[in-house]
Parts: sequence; C-alpha cells; structure tokens
Amino acid sequence: MSKENSEYLIERYNNVYEVVIGLEVHAQVTSESKLFSASSTKFGAEPNTQVSLVDAAFPGMLPVINEFCVKQAIKTGIGLRAQINKRSVFDRKNYFYADLPQGYQISQFKHPIVGEGEVVLDMPNGQKKVGIERLHLEQDAGKSVHDMDPQNTLVDLNRSGVALMEIVSKPDLRSPDEVSAYIKKLRSIMRYLGTCDGNMQEGSLRADVNVSVRLKDSKELGTRCEIKNVNSIKFMQMAIDYEANRQVDLIEEGKSIDQETRLFDTKKNETRSMRSKEDAHDYRYFPDPDLLPLELTDEFIENLKSDIPELPDDKKKRFIDEFKVSPYEATILVSDIDTAKYFEEVVSKMGKNKDIKLAVNWITGELFAILNNKNLEISKSPISAKNLAKLVNLIKNGTISGKIAKTIFELMIDGDKDPQIIVDEKGLKQESDPKALEALIDKIIDDNREKAIEYKNGKEKLFGFFVGQAMKASGGKANPQLINEILKKKL
Amino acid sequence: MSDITSQSLSSLINNIKNKKLSSEEATKAFIDRSNKSKELNTYVTEDFSNAILKAKKFDEKPNFDLKLPGIPMAVKDLFCTKDIKTTAGSKILENFIPTYESTVTQNIWNEGAILLGKLNCDEFAMGSSNETSFFGNVQNPIDKGLVPGGSSGGSSAAVSGQLTPITIGTDTGGSIRQPASFTGTVGLKPTYGSCSRYGIVAFASSLDQAGPMAQNVQDCALLQEVISSYDTKDSTSIDFNRNEYSKELTKEIKGKKIGIPKEYRVDGMPKEIEDLWQKGIEYAKDCGAEIIDISLPHTSYALPTYYIVAPAEASSNLARYDGVKYGFRAKGENLIDMYEKTRSEGFGAEVQRRIMIGTYVLSSGYYDAYYLKAQKVRKLIKNDFDEAYKKVDAILTPSTPSSAFKIGEKKDDPVSMYLNDIFTVPVNLAGLPAISIPAGHDEKGYPLGLQIIGKAFKEQEVLNIAYAMEDKIGFQNKITDWWIK
Repeated sequence: MSKENSEYLIERYNNVYEVVIGLEVHAQVTSESKLFSASSTKFGAEPNTQVSLVDAAFPGMLPVINEFCVKQAIKTGIGLRAQINKRSVFDRKNYFYADLPQGYQISQFKHPIVGEGEVVLDMPNGQKKVGIERLHLEQDAGKSVHDMDPQNTLVDLNRSGVALMEIVSKPDLRSPDEVSAYIKKLRSIMRYLGTCDGNMQEGSLRADVNVSVRLKDSKELGTRCEIKNVNSIKFMQMAIDYEANRQVDLIEEGKSIDQETRLFDTKKNETRSMRSKEDAHDYRYFPDPDLLPLELTDEFIENLKSDIPELPDDKKKRFIDEFKVSPYEATILVSDIDTAKYFEEVVSKMGKNKDIKLAVNWITGELFAILNNKNLEISKSPISAKNLAKLVNLIKNGTISGKIAKTIFELMIDGDKDPQIIVDEKGLKQESDPKALEALIDKIIDDNREKAIEYKNGKEKLFGFFVGQAMKASGGKANPQLINEILKKKL
Repeated sequence: MSDITSQSLSSLINNIKNKKLSSEEATKAFIDRSNKSKELNTYVTEDFSNAILKAKKFDEKPNFDLKLPGIPMAVKDLFCTKDIKTTAGSKILENFIPTYESTVTQNIWNEGAILLGKLNCDEFAMGSSNETSFFGNVQNPIDKGLVPGGSSGGSSAAVSGQLTPITIGTDTGGSIRQPASFTGTVGLKPTYGSCSRYGIVAFASSLDQAGPMAQNVQDCALLQEVISSYDTKDSTSIDFNRNEYSKELTKEIKGKKIGIPKEYRVDGMPKEIEDLWQKGIEYAKDCGAEIIDISLPHTSYALPTYYIVAPAEASSNLARYDGVKYGFRAKGENLIDMYEKTRSEGFGAEVQRRIMIGTYVLSSGYYDAYYLKAQKVRKLIKNDFDEAYKKVDAILTPSTPSSAFKIGEKKDDPVSMYLNDIFTVPVNLAGLPAISIPAGHDEKGYPLGLQIIGKAFKEQEVLNIAYAMEDKIGFQNKITDWWIK
C-alpha cells in the first residue's frame, strides 16, 4: 500500500484537509492501593466500601505517596523510552465538584515524573513514530451517579484517589487508524510492564482527544477542540471522524472554530460543546504543600530499569531474527503479551525438529478463529500451548495431514485433549506406506480407465480428480504428498 | 490539697506521683474552676464527666512512668479528637465528630493525660484576637474586655486563667506566641516538621505547626517532648534526633551568641516594647550570653508574603468544606447553589476574606505576580536567617508590637489586626522554632512577651535560653480572678 493511499484526508471542493490529533490518555495504575492512601482499588466493589478518611477528605487528613505507584509510573516511562525526571512536584488542581472530596485533584502540572518519549506504531505503510510529551501521576475523582434517584445525585468514592497516569502525546497522529494503533500500542506496552491492565470497559484506560484540521501541506496548527473522556477505540475513531468533518465544514463555510471542550454522544454519533474556552476552569494550580517534591536517585531508577521485561518492539525484533517469522506475523504475535507468551511456549514445546511457520499459521489462523468465536482471551485458550505444539509436530512429522489436523483441532477444544491420544483413539494416523498407497491407486486407475486416458491426452485438470478419489478411498488418511508422487508416476 | 489549679505542671506531676494528689482530685479541681469561669468562654466543648471517669480509672491503676500521669488538660479545638466534637471554631464544623485522633493528641493521651475539653479559637485559626470564632470571643483573664490573642485564644486564656495546667495550640503566623504574650504565659512554636500535622484541621499546610503552651518554660519543654514525634502519616514530618527536652533543660547558656535584628525596630513601635526588648537584652547578658547585632534585611516583606502564602493554601485547604460529605449543609436549588449557600452561611467573614485573597493570588494571570513572587521572597527571608545563624545561636525580639488590645478594637480593621503578627510570621515562613516568654508588663499592667528564635531543630537551645532568662526575669502574672463571682 502506498503512503498516499493510507492517508486520511478530508476533501471539499478544491480543498484537501489534514487532521491533527493529540491524545491525553488516562491509564489506571495497576496497584493494590490508591495513590495517597491504603484503600483498595479493586474494581466492582459496593459503592463507598473502598474509601479511607484521606480519600473522603476528612479534616486534618494528609496524603502519603504510594511508592509502588511511583515505580509503576517510572516503569511506564522507561517503556515509552522517555526521560525520567529525577525531581517532580505534586500540584493541586482546584475545582469544585461533588465527586471531588478535597475540592482539588492532586496532579503534576509543571514538573511531571516522566518527560519526552516516543512510541513506534506499525502501520500498513510502514513505521510511524509518535512523540510523547509527558507522563504524570494524578488522583482519579469519585463517580457521580445521576440516574439512581429522581431527586438526588449519588456519589461513589471508591475510585476517589486511585492512581492514574496521564500520558500526553504530541500532536503527531493524523488519522483514526493511527489513533487506534497508538492506543493499542500504549496498551500493549503497559500490559507487558504490568503497569496498567488496559481494560477499557472497566475504565482503566480512557482518553481526551484533541482534534484540529488544517489544509494539507500547511505547517500551522488549526484551532483544536478537546473531546473529553472517550472510553473505547471505536468511539475515539467515530468522534474524530465526526469532529474533523465538523471543523472542515465550519472552515468551508468561512466560519471560525472555537477552542472548546466537547463531549462525544455515542448514541447520536456526534460531538457537542461542553464548555467554551471562556468558561474554562481556572484551576489555580499550585504545589501541594502537604507533599514534598518527589526526588529520585539514579540508583532507584536503575533498579527499575533492570526490572523491565522485554517489550513489544524488542520482542518483535527477536522473533524475526530468532524464529524467522515475517515482520507482519511478528507484529501480530507481540501485540498482546499473552499472545507472545503463548507463541513462545508453543515454540519451546515443539522440541528440536520444529516448524515455526506452521505453528504461527495455526495460532493466527485456527486458534485466533475459535478465540474470536468464543470471545476468549488467549490466556483463557481452551487449547493449551503444549497441545497445540503437539498437533503442529504431528503434522510436521507426517503422522497426520493438515486436513485431519483440523478435525483433531476441533476435538481438542473440549477439555484440552492431547492430539496424540485423539489420533490413536480414532485411528486417524496418516497412511504413509508407499506399497499400500500404490495398491490403492492402482485400483482407482483401473476403475477409471477412461479418465486416465483423457489425462494422458492432456486433460491435466483431472489430476485433482484422482487425488480426491485416493483421499476418499483412504478415508482422508492418505499422505497427500505420497499420493501426488505415486499418481504422477502411474498416470 | 488547696489551690491545685495554680500549680505548675511539674508540681502536679510530683504530687500525683507522690500520691499527695489523685488524678481525680486534680481533674475535679480544674473542672470546678472551669465551671466557675464560663464568662471567659474558653471551652467550645466540655468533656468533664468523661474526664472524671478517666481520672478514676487512672487512679485505680496508676502508671507513674508516664510523662503526664493522670494530668487533666484541655486542647485547642483544631485538633481532631476521636468521638469528641471538633469545630475549628467554625459553624461549618459545628457538629463534626471525628472518628479519628490527631497524632499530637494521641501522643498526649499515650503519656497518661486526660482530655478536659476543646478550647475556643479563631475560625480555622484565622485571627489574632479569637474574635473570628463562631462560638464567640474569649475573655483574657488579665482583664475584662481584653482579647486573649489568637488564634489559640481559648488555649492561652485557659492556661493563664488556670482552667488547664497546660495546653496545646497551633501556630501558622504567631497563633501560639502572640496569645501567650497577651496572657503572660509561655508558648513554643516548634520547627516545621517537628509535630505531626495529621489530624489537625489545616489552615496553611506549609506553615501550620502544633506546639505547647504552659505557665513556665519547664512545663513547655516537657509537653514538647511528649507531642513532638516523627509520623509517617504526615509527609512533611521530619525524622530528626529529638531531645528529651525537659531532662536536658539547663540554665547554663554562658557564651551563647544572641542576635538582635535591627529590622525589628519597626516604625511606630511603642516605647514600652522598645524598653522591654532592651531589658531582654540585659537579661540575656546577665545569663552570660553574648549580644550581637544582626540584620534580617527582608523582614519588612514577611507580612505581605505571609498574607499571600497563607490565604493561598487556605483557599485550597478549605475547599473540602462544601456541604457534600460532612459538616454544615445549606439547602440549594442545585449543586452550585448548595455550595454557595453552604459556604456563605458556614464560613465567617474573616475566613471568607482569606479564601477570596487566596483564590485571587492563585488565579491565572496573578499567580506569578503574587504567589510565585511570595514564594521567592519566602526563600529570601529564610536565607536571611541562614546568614544570621552563621554568626549567632539564637535571635531575640519582642513577641508582639503591643500588649493585648480591647475586644472589638481592631475587629473592623483587618490590616491593623494583621500587623500584630509582624514579629512572628517571619519565623513560620522560615520554618524555625521560636518561643514567647512573658518578660514584663506595660503601663496598664498587661503582660508583654519576648520571642527567642532558634535554628531549625534546635528547640533545646531555644528552651534553654528561655529557661535561663525566665529565671532572671522573675515574671509574675497578675490574675485577679475578676470573672469569678
């Protein structure tokens, strides 16, 4: 695919517009307890059962930083190939809301814990680098529930104080597809690191999307609108598509774009204004006097670096070098840490005489298909890596044909059965004895004399007919390669 | 035993240890006097019957190894006390009952002391006269119609009026030292980070510090020893080597270098304050100290700096009082209306004034000119002290620019009220320890205090100098019990 073809451009009359997108991703830190208190972060608990005095902002309560969350943020920064700032400062972002007990959110404004970094995306037309502006730690707010009581808004503070990483990208993204790839890559990196589970349904990963448009080849950025709190990749893509077209239409009508915060209405598939720049909050950021600046030693950072597992980009490179898989296959295999783990386990269980290419095909083909069908994560695969490795080996060493393998695969799903046992029990072992096959083929040629003559006279298509007859006669167990060879010889 | 309430803490402890006095007797004596002293309006919440029960329990199974064995005491109502109403002098917390205990008060109960009740203070500790309290002003035992200072006005009045042998206050810009000075008592503001802020209703987090208030330096030293502790629940608590202040207390300060900052000779300072300071210098010399003139060049910027930093932090710290979770809530049409009504009705005028100042100085467009500049000046003020401490061990100044004033006298003039803190705020901005000790009387017979400022973490040195000077000064408080009929 050429670069031009994959570009996402909006055309109106003689004008061609490009879309410029930057994301502020809010990723919930994987941690037992909250950023400044010991309360649990477990998802799905009864409302207000995971709330400490600190989370509810009782008088005289003070925040104490959770060291584990700091480590998680640093690890993520390392995963984003970013600058780790040895000194960072927690600020208060002041605003009133019913689910914000302190009346301020503790965040990092001027001095974030992580500075500039980079994420590499594998796009169909090649790699694309997306700049990371910063990553900072902050508290989540609680949740206001407006639809449970006709008179009152109810507040659940379970989420209040949960640690979030806000990861701000540079305005480097140019299409909904790039946004999708970016989110997936971030998610993948954080799942490799164990710093965020990336579960968008549970709200562990959500994003504010900044969108602006400009004439293609223009160097200046247009006025941007921020679409708040979008919680699925699909909605992000829909929101960007709607918003970019809205902005282009405004420009085409000779109107200007107001810098504002917008909401994406998932039912109507449109964005609408939430508040304009004039109405924007004055957050009165200032350093939180209850917390000292966070100062990290080189040793602390180095210790964490040595603790970083192999990340998707490195793993991909190794898969290509070590297992000779294609870059495309490698991208698929490393995109999710559990897929990569599964693949590596299959490879290791296949032993010496292994066919990695075949294993990749089975994982990305049959296995992905049933996972998809059953809506399962690969970590919950009904067929273990050990048994898939056995199946691939059975094909590789000629015990079964690929076709039989598919039958066996179906039988393996229920109860993760050992394919060897299925072969033995059902007598599915491939017939590879040349003498037996020759006798079988002789009989078929005898029974189909006329077709054999037609073949000899040049009707080569009939070869397939004889193969089919042979396979049928053997109950599908004949070694297809041997059938081919013998038929060629005999016909 | 007669006249229990006039005894110092040390003699109460001795008498209890020697079984000349039971905790119950002591507790009842202070309760009895407190009951006769309603006119002083020192208590917001009394916990007298509980106190007697606790005293009896102590007497049944006394533990004389404790530092405050069975000693009854009242505390400023800014300290959260478990199951006991804690108001911070505000309507917005009028009925707030914490389920937790502040670290400082917990330290006190751990050493055997017994809570008598919660003492009045300026609303959220914002004030210099105790007139901003929702629960009414406090009378100074020194004279009728006189303010006891603030914000720890209930505390200073209760100690000087002998309603409690000792107490604790909090000091953000002088709220322990100024009331101590106004009531002829001793008050120490420790180094920032010495006493945990956990469970203390916050005013300005980077300045707030709890401290002891007592009739004399010895008692103050003992109480400081009890309340100061490293606390992991407060991120600004500092893990330093804390002395056993009362045991290590000494009058031997020969050769100590004491600095006299020329910038504290402010325009319009009453002659009696100037005279007091001069007398203080003579006392220090008599103790064997060496007097050295020093300069703290940025002193004149301390007050404006303080009145930017403290309101800025307060405006944010007080945002949590919004009617949503606890405390007073006014009915409103919607969330914003509820906020506005709750906070307009729940906070008094002075608190609202400071919230507005604080909100303003943090606003976008003003932040750099006010808050950021104030932080820079704060650093310069701290540097002044660092420079001075290369030459001296401690600094001697007056505690306040005047003696106690009349109730109502400055109520409508916030700037004149703020000027009361002129000698005390630089200390908070620099995070240093300082003590106010009574050193004389003005012509009306009202007490005047001297302030000794020490190096960070050198509470012992401050206490030692105060102890030595106290001996030379020989101050006698003139309490006439005018309020007891």
